[in-house]
Amino acid sequence: MNTRVQKLREESLNAVNKLSPERALLVTAFYRSEKAAGLSAPVTRALCFEHIMKNKALWLGDGELIVGERGPAPKATPTYPEVALHSLEDLKVLDSRPKVSFKVDEEMLSAYRDVVIPFWKGKSNREKMMTLLPREWHDAYEAGIFTEFQEQRSPGHTVLGDKIYHKGLTDLIKEVRLNLESLDYINDPEAFEKREELTAMEIAARALISYANRYAVLLDEKAEAETNQERKKELLEMAQICRNVPAYAPRTFHEALQYYWFVHVGVISEVNPWDSFNPGRLDQHLWPFYRKGLEDGTLTEERARELLQAFWVKFNNHPAPPKIGVTALESNTYTDFALINLGGVKADGSDAVNELTYLILDVIEEMRLLQPSSMVQVSKKNPDAFLYRALKIVKTGFGQPSIFNTDAIVQELLRQGKSLEDARNGGASGCVEAGAFGKEAYILTGYFNLPKILEITLNNGVDPRTGKKIGLETGNPSGFTSFDDLLKAYQQQLRHFIDIKIAGNNLIERLFAKNIPTPFLSLFIDDCIAKGKDYINGGPRYNTSYIQGVGLGSITDSLTALKYHVFDKKDVSIQLMLEALRANFAGFEDLHHKLVYETPKYGNDDDYADEQARIVFNMFFEAVDGRPTARGATFRINMLPTTSHVYFGSVIGALPDGRKAGIPLSEGISPVQGADTHGPTAVLKSAAKIDHLKTGGTLLNQKFSPDFFRDETAIQKLGSLVRSYFRLDGHHIQYNVVSAETLRDAQKHPEKYRDLIVRVAGYSDYFNDLGEDLQNEIIRRTEHEGV
Amino acid sequence: MKGVIFEIRRFTVHDGPGIRTTVFMKGCPLSCWWCHNPEGQFPQPEPWTRTEKLDGKVFEKQMIIGQEWTASDLMTEILKDRVFFDESGGGVTFSGGEPLMQPAFLMEILSLCHKHGIHTAVDTSGFSPTEDLMKIAALTDLFLYDLKLLDDKLHVKYTGVSNRLILENLHLLLDLGKPVWLRHPVIPGINDTFGEKERLKELLKQFSGKISVINLLPYHSIAMNKYRKAGRTNYLESLKDLPASDLQPMADELEETGVKVIIGG
Repeated sequence: MNTRVQKLREESLNAVNKLSPERALLVTAFYRSEKAAGLSAPVTRALCFEHIMKNKALWLGDGELIVGERGPAPKATPTYPEVALHSLEDLKVLDSRPKVSFKVDEEMLSAYRDVVIPFWKGKSNREKMMTLLPREWHDAYEAGIFTEFQEQRSPGHTVLGDKIYHKGLTDLIKEVRLNLESLDYINDPEAFEKREELTAMEIAARALISYANRYAVLLDEKAEAETNQERKKELLEMAQICRNVPAYAPRTFHEALQYYWFVHVGVISEVNPWDSFNPGRLDQHLWPFYRKGLEDGTLTEERARELLQAFWVKFNNHPAPPKIGVTALESNTYTDFALINLGGVKADGSDAVNELTYLILDVIEEMRLLQPSSMVQVSKKNPDAFLYRALKIVKTGFGQPSIFNTDAIVQELLRQGKSLEDARNGGASGCVEAGAFGKEAYILTGYFNLPKILEITLNNGVDPRTGKKIGLETGNPSGFTSFDDLLKAYQQQLRHFIDIKIAGNNLIERLFAKNIPTPFLSLFIDDCIAKGKDYINGGPRYNTSYIQGVGLGSITDSLTALKYHVFDKKDVSIQLMLEALRANFAGFEDLHHKLVYETPKYGNDDDYADEQARIVFNMFFEAVDGRPTARGATFRINMLPTTSHVYFGSVIGALPDGRKAGIPLSEGISPVQGADTHGPTAVLKSAAKIDHLKTGGTLLNQKFSPDFFRDETAIQKLGSLVRSYFRLDGHHIQYNVVSAETLRDAQKHPEKYRDLIVRVAGYSDYFNDLGEDLQNEIIRRTEHEGV
Repeated sequence: MKGVIFEIRRFTVHDGPGIRTTVFMKGCPLSCWWCHNPEGQFPQPEPWTRTEKLDGKVFEKQMIIGQEWTASDLMTEILKDRVFFDESGGGVTFSGGEPLMQPAFLMEILSLCHKHGIHTAVDTSGFSPTEDLMKIAALTDLFLYDLKLLDDKLHVKYTGVSNRLILENLHLLLDLGKPVWLRHPVIPGINDTFGEKERLKELLKQFSGKISVINLLPYHSIAMNKYRKAGRTNYLESLKDLPASDLQPMADELEETGVKVIIGG
């Protein structure tokens, strides 16, 4: 990378994560003003957005090529008091906690103490939600049966399609107006609501244009003062770009990137949509601009590389906004899960890999940044060279890119009812979630603790951690005469808690739709304009709500241990098992050994154990898939944990698979840490026994020592491993390439490993920012040594 | 017909092309000083103690090394990784011990593999009745053929048998046009002498064009623990691991014969 990019990258890496009161103060000032009184929710939100975009400070870093920051400076992170209100105590915790901290200065503290908290106390969406949710929801939530994404962030999770590369906001405003004019106030009962939503969209669109124009003015001023002639020219050019985009369709590579970035800043300033907003199929979207630029001589490969690198830095400047409360274990990270997609297939089904794909892969390797994250979509139609190039980057050991199966994603989306073209134009985002880019709201609602349900079942509805009865009375397990009895009881409890979760989701959905619609985001997702409906209220062409199953390996091995010892071999009585679990295996060492070492385990291509994975997966699928949500969406499942398997493990006592109380659960669909002893092919075979095509994503993590990537032949073998797994319909695989020795050293000398990034579970994070138990778990994960 | 097998390892990447499953068959007529699978030498199943640790406590488990397998059960096991073989151009490798110590069983499983279209490799010392070897050759796609020492006296000293039959068999296989990867373990002080290297060069020159590749396998002491646990003498107790990079000069020298040289498996 050149010196300019080096400097930008270094500045981004060194910028301190801090909280900025700017947004909270602007939002509070707006809601206090007369402007906010008596308007519909969408218009209120649009005017609030306008107030932010017209008044927020403009940041322009030295040498920047892409402009726009969410906060007043890189990594100055806003808060969203209308969604969830930080207490002063929260701010102190965020400031002082050793991991993923955010500096809080006196300005921030006093803003919250004097202005923000006094106004929002009791009014934030979270407080309303918590008051309205029923007792049984709170019981299950507090027991750690499930988490709730929308507790602290607004419903998000979407990825842009190609719309902005063809249309400027003035074009979208025209569409909005046409729809406004054609509303039928006599026959359409929703016409008034649509009017408000469409009006809000236009306000929001104009707000972003004015934000860009503010930058144009600033850039002209800077150009005026600039003495370096080259930079002066560049600044004037950038000013022109900001006058053209986002108002009009982009004409050049640079304009296309700047347009996207303005939209990105808009989306994450409007509200804090969890999560992962990103441009999606970047190599497809930019390809026409790249080719045209090279052909007419307005762009060189080097300039394109530099612009992409500057674009990469922008993502890295934007840590995920911090949560409230001290439940830091659940999922805590600076990454906001923007996942750039490369490769895959075009709308017509043909190979989408192009020269720009390889250029972007170079950029990923060179930049080595936490954000944006990146992935390659590998279809059977994509060339091996593309996969091998990606594996060579994986080898460098910062966990990117992860590898996805395009052909599986297309089938998953088709099963959910998407058109073939929309499915092919889609991909995966966040951790591993499949979606129709630019056309779908696929909202993650929370993780679901599958092994905890077994613990409740074995205790006849009682959570042994608290002694509280939160489940159904499905019978004393001593009365189970067969494994089927146990499975039936498990299924009843599972359905019971899924029902509680779904009822809660429906309430939360309505609350957000009523109070915090997102007219700005809605502009960009088809068919919100056409329907006159908001992104979070059924406006998109496709609407999905996910519940994410966690702990497949742990629940499988636990059920298998019960089946094997209690019901099949009958060498352990259920009473003895329950006693041992209560004692956390103290005094039951031989039984513990038997459970760990002499019991079939998931991850070894052993049908006896893997059968339980299929059973639980199918139960979970049947309990969730196809059920309607309050906004007209459909519930679906996926299998990913982010870091919740650590939190979920902390609320469960000993399990029949020999896992002791409090230890993290297995992550994704990976086997229990250390339970797979037959090598990576056996793990892949086991993992492929669940039907990935019925999910919206599964996550499989495998750790390899760098030796597995040592030369071309070795890379080819890993490539074959990927292709084989994908032939079996595997959705995703990621390789962690780092030795356990290195990680142990990093624990001891964190200062030496400031840039050490590891794959956690569907995303990468700085090793130093992980909690110690998560660090230990990553070290423990089976390291498949060279044979 | 049953075979005695002491290990089946999946995702082996050094025992032939592609991703493979390697079947380790028990029993070997040789007793090389550097053998890293000493548990594969005796043909019969033998007791073994495995230690398993849990929460700092050590559990000792009595088990048997070497299980009897029918060819059809073994075939089922091999087929588990078929998708990986197909994608990578891999297959199954029969190693040991010495797979040719169980010729009838080997023949049976090899013909099953061929029915299923699975690529087969046999990793052999070559010390086998020629008649058996020829029958096996008809069902084998690739030989990994060990060549330990060329001086017969030294061969007898360090492996317990003469190399005359081994070399004759090698000639025959190469004349048949069978693909052969020569495997040459390099044991410091034993076969890395000037004389041995010269003799190896001669042989490679003689068969240049017929031998696909020679793998130089640097000595490693990985099996030391197995010897100790089995209470068996390891004559190379004090010998240190040979770094792969030390073999580069030898590899360069051997390349001059026209045969491709690869350091490591």
